[in-house]
Amino acid sequence: MFMTTPLLQLTDVTIRFGGLTAVSGVSATVGERELVGLIGPNGAGKTTVFNLITGVYQPTEGRIEFAGEPTAKLRPFELTERGIARTFQNIRLFPSLTVFDNVRVAFHLHLAHDAVHSLTRGPKFQREEVELRERTRELLSIFSLERVQEEPAKSLSYGDQRRLEIIRALATRPKLLLLDEPAAGMNPAEKVELMKLIQFIQEKFRLAILLVEHDMKVVMGICQRIHVLEYGRKIAEGTPAEIRANPAVIAAYLGKEHA
Amino acid sequence: MEFAQQLLNGISLGAIYALIALGYTMVYGVLRFINFAHSDVFMLGAYAGLLLTPKLGGGTFGGGLAVLAASMAVTAALGVVIEKVAYRPLRGRSTLTVLITAIGVSLLIQNVAQNRQVGFGPNPKAFPAVFPQKTFSWEVAPAMTNTVAATADTAPTVNVVPAKTLSVNTNQLAVLVVSLALLGALHWIVHHTKIGTAMRAVSFNATASSLVGINNDAIISFTFALGSALAGAGGILYAMNYPTIDPLMGTLPGLKAFVAAVLGGIGNLPGAALGGLLIGLLETFVKGSRWSTYSDAIAFAILILILLFRPAGLLGKLRVEKV
Amino acid sequence: MPPKSQLCLLAALAVAGVATAFAGRMDPYFLDVLLSVGVSVVLAASLNLINGFTGQFSLGHAGFMAVGAYTAATLTKTLGAKLLPLVGGQPWVLLPLALFAGGLTAALAGFLVGAPSLRLKGDYLAIVTLGFGEIIKVILQNVEFVGGALGLNGLPTTLNPAWSGVIVFATLAAPMLTVYVVWGLLNSTYGRGFLAVADDEVAAEAMGLNTTRYKITAFVVGAFFAGVAGGLYAHIKGTLTPGGFDFNKSIEIVVMVILGGMGRHVGVILAAVLLTVLSETLRKFGDYRMILYSLLLIVLMLTRPQGLFTWPLWKRKAA
Repeated sequence: MFMTTPLLQLTDVTIRFGGLTAVSGVSATVGERELVGLIGPNGAGKTTVFNLITGVYQPTEGRIEFAGEPTAKLRPFELTERGIARTFQNIRLFPSLTVFDNVRVAFHLHLAHDAVHSLTRGPKFQREEVELRERTRELLSIFSLERVQEEPAKSLSYGDQRRLEIIRALATRPKLLLLDEPAAGMNPAEKVELMKLIQFIQEKFRLAILLVEHDMKVVMGICQRIHVLEYGRKIAEGTPAEIRANPAVIAAYLGKEHA
Repeated sequence: MEFAQQLLNGISLGAIYALIALGYTMVYGVLRFINFAHSDVFMLGAYAGLLLTPKLGGGTFGGGLAVLAASMAVTAALGVVIEKVAYRPLRGRSTLTVLITAIGVSLLIQNVAQNRQVGFGPNPKAFPAVFPQKTFSWEVAPAMTNTVAATADTAPTVNVVPAKTLSVNTNQLAVLVVSLALLGALHWIVHHTKIGTAMRAVSFNATASSLVGINNDAIISFTFALGSALAGAGGILYAMNYPTIDPLMGTLPGLKAFVAAVLGGIGNLPGAALGGLLIGLLETFVKGSRWSTYSDAIAFAILILILLFRPAGLLGKLRVEKV
Repeated sequence: MPPKSQLCLLAALAVAGVATAFAGRMDPYFLDVLLSVGVSVVLAASLNLINGFTGQFSLGHAGFMAVGAYTAATLTKTLGAKLLPLVGGQPWVLLPLALFAGGLTAALAGFLVGAPSLRLKGDYLAIVTLGFGEIIKVILQNVEFVGGALGLNGLPTTLNPAWSGVIVFATLAAPMLTVYVVWGLLNSTYGRGFLAVADDEVAAEAMGLNTTRYKITAFVVGAFFAGVAGGLYAHIKGTLTPGGFDFNKSIEIVVMVILGGMGRHVGVILAAVLLTVLSETLRKFGDYRMILYSLLLIVLMLTRPQGLFTWPLWKRKAA
């Protein structure tokens, strides 16, 4: 399928919590600059897969490779350093920090200065700070959030919080962006906006996106390829058209009698 | 037979720690916070015993039981009041806010108790005999003399080995009997009564329990009453085996009992009892060794080790944070 | 030209220098309170880095303070006769070195405690740090070299003319340095990481922040200044006992940070000043002082858990 190694590769990944097998033998890939969907009914293990990819959990069995490198034993921040960024199902901003600082903190990864420079505050430190502020402002203005940049993040509207979370993830300059149910709680008009936004991001920042989403319209509308999970197992993979026609998928979503 | 004597002392100290630890663990179970004031309820139990002994005819078997029961009732009431006044208004606030309030309550009780005008004063007070006093001793090995024969350069010497005895006094017996009885009673309440079932339900999931019609506030009050009564009993039993009591006497046993609760797995009742026993034994044996001056540090060293290597405790289950 | 913040620091140090020059003419009681305030500000500002800005909850600050106090006192008193000639008989050299050494040993203790225990959260961390404080106390009680349970006596104090100047200057300069360091650490893109860790550790980690490292840094820097404060305290009081660094001392510092509104620079400094002056004035109420203290803590938590000094004027996140 791929001539080169894919950006992200899961091979027979399994995780058990005590007696419960949350994800079982899942293999999947995401290619460079590909927009891939991950769908499945509630409790299928989608978020668990995200947590495995980002190093929050370690797989019980199987391996995960990112950009050709195995990710076992790496902590979440180390994976972010290597180019994986994410958003959370139940938005996790830094609520008391301003919108501006939420994004600025995420730029930290590509920072030359550290604790000591914060104290000496030399010219190099000053220049870097000015430059980072500039870049933060730039990023915020692309998504027209600069008007609220001095507000604490928790005071934003729900939709703005979702967008801020995506912007913050982009500030880490990822190669792969994981979006965990970005359309949750949005109305149809906002969902259309979101779909445009995701496609825009993928174009502008040239990255791969793995999207967990419940809303079929959103997933079918923008993804190039879709993986389907049910009870922790992968039951299908294919283009939106293939998935729509797949009897196993229809059975999983609507019950056997509809298949 | 020094070993047997130490074992006995260790078990009785451990039983007291277990009684206190149960209070920490029960409150943690339903409210998920460390009730810092618990160790002061323990102290107040001892003072209640001190004040009630002359009034209720302590020193006799029946009088002793009356003192014990009345003091437990006093501390149970105190526990309920503390929860109502200081903790209930904070329901749903951050752990830190509640923790700091608990520290404040603890300091308040200690300092009021230390006050000469409104409290008991800072000086240690002798604790009276609550139960009849008697010591039972068994001679387990008779006194012996060894004669070491003379050698070329030493004169013959005679070593006298004193008789080895194992002694138990009624205070220690009371600790063992009372704490066993209380542990049994607690087990019965938690597993065989309606209110015990409700306690377990609140501990398991407070939102769900309120949805099925359990009055969470009432259960929490009951939990405080139960835990505080045990601490009160612990206070009296502890005081009986030490010559004096003072307003700060609760701090160290309280901390050690908390460690016991963590050691056993916080929120887990048999774990707290087991943890208490282990800490008591360990401390007693360290006290009997050449490291005796470090015995107060032992509990904390254990705490740090357990949190590092088995944070769920010996019998506890780890809760995984949902991301 | 150096940045404005550093000019502010220099100006503040100059003020400390001038104040030191006039210390001899000050009312001794006033000087005493002033020095206590200095130590309190160092303690509160450094604990604020850990408990306020980084969102951890340490109850062991008095333990770090003890480590620093004993280290510094050992260098100036127990080994003083040997060390003083090495620095030309100059307390102006020996005391800063002793304070720095006290800070370093406390920082080392902070690292040893922090590295394994910082993955614990909230009340668990509180208990571990509390336990650590108790362990320090027990160890000090057992080390004969530092006086065991009786402690150390006869340290050089402000009553000693040769030492007076440097003790006063150090006690006035240390809070300024501490505040500068805490302020500087936080006011940079790097430093915003401390606040991010406090807000949401999982999210901070997902943004590529090494949260463990941030927490340990806060712990080590906080412990360093607690150690320095301990060294100053030793040379203000002149005597040290292990019991002086107990749980109550830690609580006193925690109350300052909470009252000032955790994670606010100015608020916490104000609270440290206020509470120190208050506790000096309340001394005549003796027994009632701690009752008042604990009541204050409870009422504050019930009515204003965010602290007293939290006007928008001193916005926590203002850069």
